Amino acid sequence: MSGGHSTYSPTTGLGRWFDTRLPIPRLVHDSFISYPVPRNLNYAYTFGGILALMLGVQLITGIVLAMHYSASTQLAFDSVEKIMRDVNSGWLLRYLHANGASMFFVAVYIHLFRGLYYGSYKAPREIIWVLGCIIYLLMMATAFMGYVLPWGQMSFWGATVITGFFTAIPVVGEWVQTLLLGGFAVDNPTLNRFFSLHYLLPFMIAGVVVLHIWAFHITGQTNPTGIEVKHKTDTVPFTPYATIKDGFAMIVFVALFAYFVFYIPNFMGHADNYIPADPLKTPAHIVPEWYFLPFYAILRAITFSIGPIDSKLGGVLAMFGAVLILFVVPWLDTSKVRSAVYRPWYKLFFWLFLVNAVFLGWLGSRPAEGIYIALMQAATAFYFGFFIIIMPLLGLIETPRRLPNSITEAVLEKKKKGSASAQTAAAATETQG
Amino acid sequence: MSANETIEHNRRDFLYIATAMTGVVGAGAVAWPFIDQMRPDASTLALATIEVDISSIEPGMSVTAKWRGKPIFIRNRTEAEIEEAKAVTVADLPDTNARNANLGADAAATDVDRSAGEGKENWIVMIGSCTHLGCVPLGQAGDFGGWFCPCHGSHYDTAGRIRSGPAPENLHIPNYEFISDTVIRIG
Repeated sequence: MSGGHSTYSPTTGLGRWFDTRLPIPRLVHDSFISYPVPRNLNYAYTFGGILALMLGVQLITGIVLAMHYSASTQLAFDSVEKIMRDVNSGWLLRYLHANGASMFFVAVYIHLFRGLYYGSYKAPREIIWVLGCIIYLLMMATAFMGYVLPWGQMSFWGATVITGFFTAIPVVGEWVQTLLLGGFAVDNPTLNRFFSLHYLLPFMIAGVVVLHIWAFHITGQTNPTGIEVKHKTDTVPFTPYATIKDGFAMIVFVALFAYFVFYIPNFMGHADNYIPADPLKTPAHIVPEWYFLPFYAILRAITFSIGPIDSKLGGVLAMFGAVLILFVVPWLDTSKVRSAVYRPWYKLFFWLFLVNAVFLGWLGSRPAEGIYIALMQAATAFYFGFFIIIMPLLGLIETPRRLPNSITEAVLEKKKKGSASAQTAAAATETQG
Repeated sequence: MSANETIEHNRRDFLYIATAMTGVVGAGAVAWPFIDQMRPDASTLALATIEVDISSIEPGMSVTAKWRGKPIFIRNRTEAEIEEAKAVTVADLPDTNARNANLGADAAATDVDRSAGEGKENWIVMIGSCTHLGCVPLGQAGDFGGWFCPCHGSHYDTAGRIRSGPAPENLHIPNYEFISDTVIRIG
């Protein structure tokens, strides 16, 4: 971990000259070469690197697309079509950017659920988790504003509905919405400011990513056992072990990404967004992008008033609450054991939570009528119940399984078990033969 | 501790506070233009009134005008629609306020206060923006024969009053007036 002294020793004269003036090579060496990582990291731990890669992909394709895009209601839709038809390789860049956003969210959801499963947010890593939540929030804002830019029907009506959330705020709601839109409805001023902010926010994400990485270089990484690194034998150097593993995972992930880009580039999109925005006509079904669907279901689950809070404000509060509750997860979980591997009950509820989240996503794509409303309400209740009731309670009543003394012991135990069963299998075949 | 030292201490505190306050006021003064620029600009506000010719709208017909980027529904209602709206008791409505910018804020949501008033009860002029999250409701649809919002399922009656669904308020009525028998000025 960071406690150890730097092992960097420059071999060339230039290296020594640089090291005494601006030790960037030392920083790189200590962070990405000699940095000790737990020896038992599995592929779930490769998504941090994949996310960094996707941020890079989005930044580069986005900056290039901005060179061909016009942020004006008169020109935006046509300029996107021009990118698709006239700009050299424009179709590729746009499909990379649009599908890249979806792949970015795929990776962030896996990364987030990995953190929930292995208890990565527990002391002393609360700040890493909170920074991650901030990045997620910034990603959602960026993705939403990016979706408005092509100025199709879904862009326009998505923007109308989402900025409409703010009118639910008592007293100042209408004023806040007008301030966000720069007018009385979504129009040219809205498109202009969304473009400006869509360009800004990824750089803010990059800034928070630096803090996120810095913070886990202070505490060290968690690992599937949830036991802190105790001996030198518990770790391996980042290079070559983590670099190769992360690199391989990136290749597999990019292959999937490429499949979407080259074979089904509009699979994640919505056909209505190829119709130019029309302020006088709402599409029959307004659906957000898939990565917002669980929250959209929660928004629509609140069809009743709670005391002075009407259903509109209630829905908006529940939806924002569903994201904000993630920030306090480190303080909701009362268990002293980190990893779900040693927590049988938490493991069960974790998988139920995951299934429920996917189910909420599916409900989000359904119309708000009939049986769907009751299902949305039930799934929303479980979503919040998981955090507010199950997490604090399980830590108090659950009996965890026996923890190994160290990462090394856990690894050796697993290996012994593996070879033992292999031997039994081999013996069985021998007797049969 | 001498009296002198105490005075010095207070004077120093005062300087700290005064400097900090000046800094806060200065920062606020600098921040304001950056917030102020987000408000609707002069060209947006300049589009605040429109005039619509309604001479060709027969009973049972509607037109949609665009005002401040939002659709305005102007409908010449049929006798049946007016009768249907009048038959409803105001106390039974989810929103009992007329939401009519031409009347007082406490006007009740009676059919006459939702329409253009006595003698012009066949006319109804509303902002065609669902009070839930701003979608455009579809005309002459839904369970109450008025407007229906396809986004989240709000049903409005023939006077544009919310009857069921997530929308909290009746469709809003903008400031407007008949400048002649055939022309309405909105805004």
